[in-house]
Amino acid sequence: MTRTPLRPLAAILDARRKGADPDAIERANTRQRHEAIRTELRGVGEGRLLVLGVMFFCAFSVIGARMGVLANSEPTENRAVRTQVEILAQRADIVDRRGRVLATNIETHSLYAQPQEMIEPERAAQELVKTFPDLETKRLLEDFTGKRKFLWVKKKISPEQKQLVHDIGEPGLLFGPREARLYPNGRLASHVLGGTSFGREGVHAAEVIGTAGVEKQFDDYLRDPANGESPLELSIDMTVQAAAERVLHGGMKLMSAKGASSILMDVHSGEILSVVSLPDFDPNNRPLPPTEGSPDDSPLFNRAIQGVYELGSTFKAFTVAQALDLKLVNPATMIDTRGPLRWGKHRIRDFHDYGNELPVETVLTKSSNIGTARIAQMIGAERQKDFLGQLGLLERMPVEMPEAHGGMPLTPKNWSEISTMTISYGHGLSTTSMHLAAAYAAIANGGRKITPTLLRRNGPAYGERVMSGEVAATMRGMLRKVVTEGTASFGDVSGYSVGGKTGTADKPKPTGGYYDEKVIATFASIFPTDKPRYVLVVTLDEPEVYSFGEKRRSAGWTAVPVAAEFINRVAPLLGLRPDVEPGRPTGITLTSN
Amino acid sequence: MRTLGFLLTVVCVIASAFWAYHENYKTQEAYAETRSLQSEIGAARSRLTVLKAEWAYLNRPERLHELADLNFERLGLLPLSPRQFGHVDEISYPATGQSPLKLDFADSIEVSSEGAEP
Repeated sequence: MTRTPLRPLAAILDARRKGADPDAIERANTRQRHEAIRTELRGVGEGRLLVLGVMFFCAFSVIGARMGVLANSEPTENRAVRTQVEILAQRADIVDRRGRVLATNIETHSLYAQPQEMIEPERAAQELVKTFPDLETKRLLEDFTGKRKFLWVKKKISPEQKQLVHDIGEPGLLFGPREARLYPNGRLASHVLGGTSFGREGVHAAEVIGTAGVEKQFDDYLRDPANGESPLELSIDMTVQAAAERVLHGGMKLMSAKGASSILMDVHSGEILSVVSLPDFDPNNRPLPPTEGSPDDSPLFNRAIQGVYELGSTFKAFTVAQALDLKLVNPATMIDTRGPLRWGKHRIRDFHDYGNELPVETVLTKSSNIGTARIAQMIGAERQKDFLGQLGLLERMPVEMPEAHGGMPLTPKNWSEISTMTISYGHGLSTTSMHLAAAYAAIANGGRKITPTLLRRNGPAYGERVMSGEVAATMRGMLRKVVTEGTASFGDVSGYSVGGKTGTADKPKPTGGYYDEKVIATFASIFPTDKPRYVLVVTLDEPEVYSFGEKRRSAGWTAVPVAAEFINRVAPLLGLRPDVEPGRPTGITLTSN
Repeated sequence: MRTLGFLLTVVCVIASAFWAYHENYKTQEAYAETRSLQSEIGAARSRLTVLKAEWAYLNRPERLHELADLNFERLGLLPLSPRQFGHVDEISYPATGQSPLKLDFADSIEVSSEGAEP
């Protein structure tokens, strides 16, 4: 580019000659030069803007494209950092307190059919019935030849059955994997475990959901995949439970009872080591709930937790304990036992006539209704209600079972003085055996309330104090005397210092009133009394035994011998060493008042 | 000089491409191995649960009881009873007077601590 001078000499001289202003030429030239420079700079600027625009466009296109790809791609896990937990059993196991398996999972298969793919539906139906005798050929054939495109034949089949179905060679019969719940011990602890069923079902998997017992109560825990490797630990001891079921079954047959239940509980921690209700069932094949008849005749009914009964004289221990705690009486106070005791239109009688008066201790050991009613009169309705409430006998037991909701105690609507008197010996107030066990545990552990649990605990779990330690100790002495000198004489197991109280209550008729010849016999016991560890409640429903020339139904003849055999079998399994009973220290007697 | 630089660049590109592909194949191989190991672990776990279930099934108290009954003549197993355990001092030893230990003093060697220093 040639540079034009601002003041070209020729033009200047020419302008001077003409007398014009030579500076005008310079200004014009300067302006022209500036215009040229401006045009050039604009071109450069526009070029830069274009480059920048293209850059931005490319960058945004790349980001947008990447986002689109990410949004449309299938999510995959990073395999390099994945942890080892992958195909685990879906539902957590249930184990006993020593880690032995009570419920686990097993892989099985379900069998389904796709009729449109079948070649020989008739033969398939016939062959299937040979393998599964509970199916009907006619019905299967209808399904196989009808319009249905899919049907379940069997929800769970064993590997052997699967092989047999394979051998039929029918392409329309297909298998889906199933995770089935297995209770390897069969009927053992059936009421505690409850059972499971399939929830939502697909061809490739099915949900297992708990339908009763702890399976239902802890369904959320058991189903949580995070708990796949941490099983649910129960307080039940499998060996003890097996022995308990055996003894109780034998006892039930021997006493020709129609049902029986037992609860064995640790008095310090409230852990239930064994809870049996007979008749029982196989949780692997849980029967359907009964549609007719009384629900408590069904094997599904848990007598220990759902069965609300009047538990009879076992309640006398609470009356006496409260009277001692309130310092109204001491074990030697004489109580009027002249009978029958009339109260309005009611009459209270004793099983035998015990004469005019008895000391409190003998009222309990001989189980005098009249004596107990007199003691209850001293206590009064309000205080009795408070005390029974403190022991937890007036509300649902917070045991970890959905069935416990059915075990609501039946209390009188109007807690009158006559109610107080009848409740003092266990009539007019219905509770479950579990309530009774928890209340006796309070006496056994020195007067502190206990909440029963089915989960394993570490160490004692005492609640609030319900009676003083001295009263509890005196009560234990008295309960021991019931066994050594009183109504529960068959309950003595050498070496284990059993103490307890019998209770025989007439069964109420559904129509009102009581049966004459049907009773509930209960024995609530603690052992060993000198250093209590366990409480045992044995209940027999409608027992009857023929001995010494007459039919006997009272708990002393029925529930007590069963409980004694129970302790004899179970105590060694619990690791309790039989002990020579310490003699009562002479000269020192614990008294209240 | 320029040609040399160009050649070097090309060699570098080829070398880095080779390295990148090599690493890629190694990663794929590692992934495949992880996958097969995972499925092996899965199979082992499911076998383990089956074995555990079988162990629990074979050890169910009912079966053990039946086995104990069947083999009673050989094993003589009975339920544990309280009489089967206690303290040593509760055992009644044979009446005193006759020592249950018979000591033979023939050919005895006399051992004495006489003259020994403490």
